[in-house]
Amino acid sequence: MEVGQMQRQWVDYTKSLFLEGFLDGQFLQLQQLQDESNPDFVVEVVSLFFEDSEKLLNDLTRALEQPTVDFKRVDAHVHQFKGSSSSIGAQRVKNACIAFRNFCEEKNTEGCVRCVQQVKHEYYLVKSKLETLFAMEQQIMAAGGSIPMLELNF
Amino acid sequence: MLKSKNATTKITALVVDDSMVNQLIHHKLLENLGIENQIVGNGKEAIDVHCSGKHFDLILMDMDMPVMDGIEATRTLRAMGIRSTIAGVSSHSSLSEDAQEFIEAGLDDYQEKPLTTAKLVSILQKVNLHV
Repeated sequence: MEVGQMQRQWVDYTKSLFLEGFLDGQFLQLQQLQDESNPDFVVEVVSLFFEDSEKLLNDLTRALEQPTVDFKRVDAHVHQFKGSSSSIGAQRVKNACIAFRNFCEEKNTEGCVRCVQQVKHEYYLVKSKLETLFAMEQQIMAAGGSIPMLELNF
Repeated sequence: MLKSKNATTKITALVVDDSMVNQLIHHKLLENLGIENQIVGNGKEAIDVHCSGKHFDLILMDMDMPVMDGIEATRTLRAMGIRSTIAGVSSHSSLSEDAQEFIEAGLDDYQEKPLTTAKLVSILQKVNLHV
């Protein structure tokens, strides 16, 4: 495939991630912060987010498996997850965390267990989308092209 | 524009946040504005770095952190006589009780996460750190 075609595919794919709500404007902020002095900035931040998220999901699952659930602790984990997902613009993960916190407040174990599944689902979905995006970027770079600047108007 | 850029290079900042994702983003946001910055992982470390004699013009303080949270750290820094600009940066709504307690602990400004270049510039303008 020629570079131009790869770049067009990258633009379409990125746009679809915004239009389908996987990502929001904060992800654009990260892209704008990336420059020649730090060409892997977005990949670095997102990789840290993946590490962080997987630890948080484990902590959450474990906290909800306890015979007496400490809802304050669960809520603290969800709050942290909401913060990190909003920092990278993973909008659907963030929204799932917001819904989750209501069940923590109600001390509703069943609701919380359902929410963990939902948050996990959204997390693995956006993770695979971002991995696809980064793989496309690597192909463009390997073919000697550069990543197009994205202008989005909503 | 050039004048303000030259001026901002003199500003130093401390990022206090336990999330490595936020540490990296806040570091880069500051760096892109020409602000030299150091990172610590909780309130206690922020106190320690000041006890070792360091001074910062701006402190970006998270609220929820292990060991010592942002509220206690801000209170302690103020009690130590630290007059640096401290901006709280947290995902709590600015109207929440927690955020109010944080502000009353001695913040100069409060911004909801996620932090952006625009929010950072607004912090700097509010406290006249752009001159």
